[in-house]
Amino acid sequence: MAFRQFGAAATVTVALALASPAHAVTELQWWHAMTGANNDVVNKLAADFNASQSDYKVTPSFKGSYADTMNAGIAAFRAGTAPHIMQVFEVGTATMMSATGAIKPVYQLMKDAGEPFDPKAYLPTITGYYSTSKGDMLSFPFNSSSTVMWINNDELKKAGIAEIPKTWPEVFAAAKKLKAAGHETCGFSNAWASWVHIEQFSAWHNVPIGTKANGLDGFDTELKFNSPLHVKHLQNLIDLQKDKTYDYAGRANGGEARFASGECAIFLTSSGYYGTAKSTAKFDFTSAPMPYYPDAAGAPQNSIIGGASLWVMGGKKPEEYKGVAKFFTFLSDTNRQADLHQKSGYLPITKAAYEKTKADGFYEKNPVLQTPLKELTNKEPTENSRGLRFGNMVQMRELWSEEIEAALAGKKTAQEALDAAVARGNAMLRTFEKTAK
Amino acid sequence: MEKSVVFNNKLLPYLLLVPQLIITVVFFYWPASQAVLQSFKREDAFGLTSEFVGLENYQSLFAQPEYYKSMLTTLIFSSLVAALSLSIALLFATQADKNLKAAGTYKTLMIWPYAVAPAVAGVLWIFMFHPSLGTLARPLRWMNFDWNPLLNGNHAMTLVVMAAVWKQISYNFLFFLAGLQSIPKSVLEAGAIDGAGPMRRFWTIVFPLLSPTTFFLLVVNVVYVFFDTFGIIDAVTGGGPAGATTTMVYKVYADGRLGGDLGGSAAQSVVLMVIVIALTAVQFKYVERKVQY
Amino acid sequence: MVEHRPLNDIIAYAILTLGVFIVAFPVYLALIASTHDAATVVGGSMPLTPGSQALENYYRAIFVGGSRTSREPVAHMLINSFISAIGIAVGKIFISILSAYAVVYFRFPFRKTAFWIIFVTLMLPVEVRIYPTYKVVADLKMLDTYAGLIMPLIASATGTLLFRQFFMTVPEELLEASRIDGAGPFRFFWDTLLPLSVTTIAALFVIQFIYGWNQYLWPLLITTQDSMQTIVTGIKKMLYTTDELAEWQLAMATAILAMLPPVAVVVFMQRLFVRGLVETEK
Repeated sequence: MAFRQFGAAATVTVALALASPAHAVTELQWWHAMTGANNDVVNKLAADFNASQSDYKVTPSFKGSYADTMNAGIAAFRAGTAPHIMQVFEVGTATMMSATGAIKPVYQLMKDAGEPFDPKAYLPTITGYYSTSKGDMLSFPFNSSSTVMWINNDELKKAGIAEIPKTWPEVFAAAKKLKAAGHETCGFSNAWASWVHIEQFSAWHNVPIGTKANGLDGFDTELKFNSPLHVKHLQNLIDLQKDKTYDYAGRANGGEARFASGECAIFLTSSGYYGTAKSTAKFDFTSAPMPYYPDAAGAPQNSIIGGASLWVMGGKKPEEYKGVAKFFTFLSDTNRQADLHQKSGYLPITKAAYEKTKADGFYEKNPVLQTPLKELTNKEPTENSRGLRFGNMVQMRELWSEEIEAALAGKKTAQEALDAAVARGNAMLRTFEKTAK
Repeated sequence: MEKSVVFNNKLLPYLLLVPQLIITVVFFYWPASQAVLQSFKREDAFGLTSEFVGLENYQSLFAQPEYYKSMLTTLIFSSLVAALSLSIALLFATQADKNLKAAGTYKTLMIWPYAVAPAVAGVLWIFMFHPSLGTLARPLRWMNFDWNPLLNGNHAMTLVVMAAVWKQISYNFLFFLAGLQSIPKSVLEAGAIDGAGPMRRFWTIVFPLLSPTTFFLLVVNVVYVFFDTFGIIDAVTGGGPAGATTTMVYKVYADGRLGGDLGGSAAQSVVLMVIVIALTAVQFKYVERKVQY
Repeated sequence: MVEHRPLNDIIAYAILTLGVFIVAFPVYLALIASTHDAATVVGGSMPLTPGSQALENYYRAIFVGGSRTSREPVAHMLINSFISAIGIAVGKIFISILSAYAVVYFRFPFRKTAFWIIFVTLMLPVEVRIYPTYKVVADLKMLDTYAGLIMPLIASATGTLLFRQFFMTVPEELLEASRIDGAGPFRFFWDTLLPLSVTTIAALFVIQFIYGWNQYLWPLLITTQDSMQTIVTGIKKMLYTTDELAEWQLAMATAILAMLPPVAVVVFMQRLFVRGLVETEK
């Protein structure tokens, strides 16, 4: 048995017995993948909610990486011990969506619980990602972000780079200067290889990742990211990897530490890295929009979101769902959203919170936080930039990263690697299409 | 071999067998048959739907270049680990067998890595060779050697092989030492009288006499690489980069993860079962003629 | 006596010392890392001599946990590891000594069948049937329980074979003698066979304890609660789930703690360990 838990539970029980003898508190499990400064945010949100009322108690518990958390949640569902709320990263959306019965759609949850809920109050760029084509919101956006380019101002100045590069050729030139100025192991780098170089890259350049509006319009989608532009970009990375002007930093975000340590002065990763950067980077830093190829027609388009949303798992008691609904209302509060946004660097999910932050003059002082919003709303979204929804996307990302790695290691040409990534991805899509019917 | 004097109770022997039989049936036969069944089915991640698809999982498995690659990786990995750990262990065992006064102490100092969990061994090695903070990656950097296990498949493979060999030396050492000590000294003395030098004595007399031990260890080492190195791979490389360290067992795990392809993963389980049964059959064929301890 | 040359001895000592060095160095490094502060370890220029943070690091690893994640402190993982390792060892000894007793000392219909049913398990370790086993354990509602951690790992024939082997070597006169004394199967087992088996039991216990302690894939899959985690699975998560610089000094302290119990068993019970190793492979 879990001795510690037992101890904690006993303490709580005793405390409650003393406080209000006839009061039963409904416990709501919340599994999440937030570490570092964002983990503190999660704990504080739960504590604030618990303090704000006495019927429900939200218990956050950290389950490891995004993939670990989703894995644990699926496993627990199969074993009948799923949590009430599960944080799932954006690429898990299709898998969760198709699991009718395993999940409780958020719009339905709010309706059943009689909580006031207006889908129009939320930013459509964000909720669109987590809604059906009819606009019904399936999961509750929690931490949304976009890819931005983090810049170490001190190091750029030292290397004699006057202006923050805007296009990929400018980034490559700046990276060469940085390398010459002492950054021998890393001119520039990025986290989330597939997210940055395939998914965001495609949206930003208005080229398709796959057909059917990147899968949003149906599961019978086919991947398309082996276009000449994609190949050209990967080929550039391959060439620069050879002398570490570009240095690959892994599939997930473990490499972010290389920015904070000063090793890589240009680093593309999530805008949600803000909280951690603020607490660990000991230099002047800022963020800039993702670079683009100036010769690509229409670039830059708009970026798509990343991050994660909260899914409500199926098969729970109405009483518990009521608590979850109350918690979501609590999270949607304008002041709370604005505060969350300003502290963590994740995007505000309600229009009101965005307007409030703007009205407060926050962005004038902290332009860093507006970068992802500017990217997301840069232009009216097209078929290629509304978002993406591919089944088995979690596994597919691993596979795409695998091919990128093979290319960067010189084992495959850019064309070969992307062709293989597309072919293997299509095979997975077909398998998913069959199970999802 | 059979006892001639036995008890005659009718019910008791069954009762004695019940605990093990129950556990074996529930945790071995049931899952093993489920694996076979699952390999003919397609199921979604949450287990909500399931459909019989015949041999489709096998067909798509054998159409995957990655599957053959994982076979090749397993083969390379096993050969490297077996060859290196056996030869290093044999070198140390022959030295410890030289009637040294401190042989016992050396034995104690050599065998304990057996007790280190493979996953922990992996963590120790990644710490030593971590590109940015590893103590042993530093000299590599000074030599301007681009040590990059994150991207270079050969570097990643080298790292997992080193960790796997490190852990397996102790086991092989122990068995080689026992094998060496069981060789009668008179045989060696006869060789010495014939004027054979130590090296020649080793290759013409000792090594052939050790061959049953060597063969037995070879099989054990291959089984070790197949299954016990999972922890090392997961801790050090996660099967990457670009699948360079994805062995067959690791692929079973990786493909079934997140319920992505449970059918394909089960089909791989079945293939592995066939391979392991074949391996074990080989082992049994020779097990009787094994070393005399 | 074959010729004995001093030079030969010197070479032997030199090679062996090198061997001990190779074997010990990774652990030495971990030990050193666990005594420095985070910045020194991560900076890439850690000295090869101990630092001053040992107490602090071990205290934090055991009782507090990582600063930036909500991971469990190691003390709890150690308890889980002990319970599952001892459970696996004791469970396997219990079921296998009974079934070996039945197979060797009784004649009954389907004796051979029962033996083969058990024997076949030798061939397929849990890794090859990992997800189906997971499913079975999930269906039995044993995820995140000690029973789930332990039971699938004792479904193996190694212990049964070992005891069968040993019982075969027990002189038949002993059984005859105790039958003359009027002893039934229970008394014979308890008074005669069990005392004779003590060394074999102990040897098997040592091997199985190490086997159970070092399990990785299985606990990784079936434990989703932090409170059920074992120390071997805990270390990896310490290193790979943080946005920040990983706390290597704590991970290394944890690695040392994870190694300590099984290594101590091997070193202090070497005789039993060697015996167990040799006999379980027969």
